[in-house]
Amino acid sequence: MRIVALVLAILTGLIILVGYFVPALVPIQIILLNWAIILAGMATLVGVFNLILVHATKITQREKGTAYSAILVICLVATLLFGIGVGPDHPDMRLLVNAIIVPAEASLMAVLAVTLLYASIRLLRRRANLMSILFIATAILMLIGSATLPFGEIGVLNDILRPWFQHVLALGGARGILIGVALGTLTTGLRVLFGVDRPYGGK
Amino acid sequence: MNLLGLGLIGLSALLLLILSSRKRKSPPKLRGIPALTRLYRAVGLSVEDGTRLLIGLGGASLLTQNGAAPLAGLGLLRHLTERTSLSDRPPIAAAGESSIAFLAQDTLEAGYQGAGAGEFYQPTTGRLTGMTPFSSAAGMIPILHDENVSATILIGHYGVEGALLAEAAERENTFLIGSSDELPTQAALFATAQEALIGEELFAASAYLGASASHSNSLTVQDVLRWIIILALLIGSGLKLFGII
Repeated sequence: MRIVALVLAILTGLIILVGYFVPALVPIQIILLNWAIILAGMATLVGVFNLILVHATKITQREKGTAYSAILVICLVATLLFGIGVGPDHPDMRLLVNAIIVPAEASLMAVLAVTLLYASIRLLRRRANLMSILFIATAILMLIGSATLPFGEIGVLNDILRPWFQHVLALGGARGILIGVALGTLTTGLRVLFGVDRPYGGK
Repeated sequence: MNLLGLGLIGLSALLLLILSSRKRKSPPKLRGIPALTRLYRAVGLSVEDGTRLLIGLGGASLLTQNGAAPLAGLGLLRHLTERTSLSDRPPIAAAGESSIAFLAQDTLEAGYQGAGAGEFYQPTTGRLTGMTPFSSAAGMIPILHDENVSATILIGHYGVEGALLAEAAERENTFLIGSSDELPTQAALFATAQEALIGEELFAASAYLGASASHSNSLTVQDVLRWIIILALLIGSGLKLFGII
């Protein structure tokens, strides 16, 4: 059974990959990708039940944070039933999303802004090295260069330093990092394709 | 351009196959990455202390271009599970995407069986913590707080919400090593996490923690490809400079 799964996974991966270069394989590639999308949709539903199971276990075993788990399970089941009942496009369902989920995530984003500022201040205390100093100096330079200052723009900073940092140093560094990430992505993909790494039933 | 891409993939595959077929006489020499050295120590300490590892795999779908980062995370998860499955508190894997959560469960089970401790595997150690990036991060914070975690490893596709987890780990006084395939997240984690992996270091973590030889081989392939790209860039710049292209 394991060998069948392995052969199927490798074969599917190869067809999808070669489909990007050989037009004749595109129809099969589209069918396989559509199957994958349907499976991913089902996985989402099963994932929700996994979330309920984890928190239900916490509640039954009276672990720390039981109250939060109970609130989560009640809200999740209520929203799920409500959504199934009225449909995702119903105005009340949209209100539920826009009035609770969106503001909650927006408030987390606001907390993040403060967190990043605080972490930058703390950075030198935690990791006092050349890279940290450069990181903070660059961030301050870019902030001053982008901000509207009461006494007007600083010519050298705005016209020479900031563009040079942005288009030479930062862009060059970013491209270098992205090339590294792309190469890592390529070799990781090939390892999975060859069945060396098996996140699917690789016992 | 398509042929060039196919050629690059073919060359990488060929190099991987050649390197896999030959036996190494000595272990590979890897440059030091302080973050991974600290992680190696943290894993050992968690086993000795009877505390937990929390491995965050991020929220990327495997159907997107960011799918490789969680796959690299799953490779590391497998290795860490084998090393720590016999500890008092087994590792927890958290994902922000359902299919990754299932693969994490499968990988955890495989890791336990690989360590000969299949009967200790608990399906609830592989979890879906939320369906959006921020809800997933928010779902991981209670695990950090309540489940005796001593080290957290973020290895996958994270957005800037990873910084919230780094801050939460700091408050709980636990070690956190952060990585992502996203550039802004790498910057945010550099500022907030105790240790951050930059760029391709994310894909090298398994090799540094002593996983299989295939992981070291893929690092060698990456190095060869990197040199090819450097040479191509230099030759291209030279040709442009002299007006040939």
